[in-house]
Amino acid sequence: MNSVITASSYVLVHTPDMVLHNGTTITTEKIVNPESEYLKELPKHIRSYEDVIAYAPNQTYIGNMTPEELAAMPQPWYDTKVEAKREGKFGEILPQDEFYMLMQICDVFDLLVLEKGFAAATKEKFVKNPAVIPSMVEKIKEGVDLAEIEALVNDEHAEGLYMDGKLVGAVKRAHDVDTNLTAHVMHENLVSKASSVLALIHLIKNSGIDASEIDYVIDCSEEACGDMNQRGGGNFAKAAAEIAGLTGASGEDVRGFCAAPTHAMITAAALVKAGVYKHVAVTAGGCTAKLGMNSKDHVKKGLPALEDCLGGFSVLVSENDGVNPEINLDICGRHTVGTGSSPQAVINSLVAAPLDKVGMKIVDIDKFSPEMQNPDITKPAGAGDVPLANYKMIGALAVTRHEIERADLAAFPEKHGLVGWAPTQGHIPSGVPYIGFCRQDILDGKIKNAMIVGKGSLFLGRMTNLFDGVSFVIQGNSGASAASAMDEAEVKNMIAKAMKQFALSLMEGEEEQ
Amino acid sequence: MSLLEGKKAIVIGDRDGVPGPAIEECIKAAGADVIFSSTECFV
Repeated sequence: MNSVITASSYVLVHTPDMVLHNGTTITTEKIVNPESEYLKELPKHIRSYEDVIAYAPNQTYIGNMTPEELAAMPQPWYDTKVEAKREGKFGEILPQDEFYMLMQICDVFDLLVLEKGFAAATKEKFVKNPAVIPSMVEKIKEGVDLAEIEALVNDEHAEGLYMDGKLVGAVKRAHDVDTNLTAHVMHENLVSKASSVLALIHLIKNSGIDASEIDYVIDCSEEACGDMNQRGGGNFAKAAAEIAGLTGASGEDVRGFCAAPTHAMITAAALVKAGVYKHVAVTAGGCTAKLGMNSKDHVKKGLPALEDCLGGFSVLVSENDGVNPEINLDICGRHTVGTGSSPQAVINSLVAAPLDKVGMKIVDIDKFSPEMQNPDITKPAGAGDVPLANYKMIGALAVTRHEIERADLAAFPEKHGLVGWAPTQGHIPSGVPYIGFCRQDILDGKIKNAMIVGKGSLFLGRMTNLFDGVSFVIQGNSGASAASAMDEAEVKNMIAKAMKQFALSLMEGEEEQ
Repeated sequence: MSLLEGKKAIVIGDRDGVPGPAIEECIKAAGADVIFSSTECFV
């Protein structure tokens, strides 16, 4: 029996100071060209929290606007403000100060310190968050003197935490010589863990189930945690589950660059379908390195530095309840080692080949969700409209397969596609941003199915020249729940018992004669 | 004779467009000598 998507959550964290201190475009520039005009200009292009929550793609990410409403707005979107709400149907946009407090809660090795006054003021705000659970509040520590933080940053290689350019905290290194436990790595990993925790607590809130009912968590971010003897040892999933109060869960990390969320969803669906677990949460936090990734072009063109938010998401995959949309594992696409790299071969392996297996056409899928990057960010940087490029390729394949006429190609992206709204956080925009809307659209009868396509740039790890990708289909529930399947099994069992008794009674009768 | 015959080529592909190896195969067939090829991810 297919597993179902019970709930999802989508969160953003506004991190303006992290853009300036931790984004790799900026940290690289500081090394190679420290006096550059770009570095001098960038602070003027940083958006306020108010601007970030009034930004249409962000309101779409947390569920206050639908992709259709976003598509109806003329592009570019950065100079238009929409209703600014911190909380949405799927999650929230957390401000930076509260995120530092969340990072402190997620730090179980006393590596993160916050300044006394900052910690006290932020705690007051933080505890009012309805998604925050009591066990998290208990983990909040008192702050320390600013002089102590300054000494850590200046003399002890600690990574500073800033608010409006002012030092308010630091992340210490976790070892004197181990390069995998430096302050930089610990900061990056605590950010990933904390934003994953934020997504998980919203998932619990949205799903309405008891946190202890979740059996397993799969983290699909792009970070690696471990020491010098096991650089990517893991396990972000279980570490985040601990803070989010998932006391009944174990977990694992699934990696595959940006394709990891789709790999993780297929793994979760398979584990639930096989009966190993009833509830599996797929989760990922955000990535500091990619903050301000395209900001050189944004600055050059006079735009705000739009990559100022960390992204996070969680999806709950559960045993079939007879209601929620199902994950159909009979339609799984995969780019194999032998697939080849031409765009036709790639799209064929991910989209057409799995549909052929079950006798479906490309046009039988109502919506495709491939790379959902926000074009506001990518177009000024010369990377084009990535979702649109993907839809054109899927549509072109439908033309070559004679499923649509060439003249209908132009209409394909609008009919079977979506505009992009997700931040360029690598794994975050890859296929999964639509799952929340998809679940609702299927439940509302707006669409009957959707294909989620994840792609990953394996070549960036310099272990292979290969690219990767996987896909799966979400469809309406067939109406048969796990409970009814159990009933059926019970009936079969009862019939078998009755037959056995009947046979025994016949044999006894024969013996008596 | 092809425009690329005997020319040295540097190939930079795009993961969401045409990847490096695909461009490489095409221009090799047109007689170019590929001295560097990579695929980049711009997102």
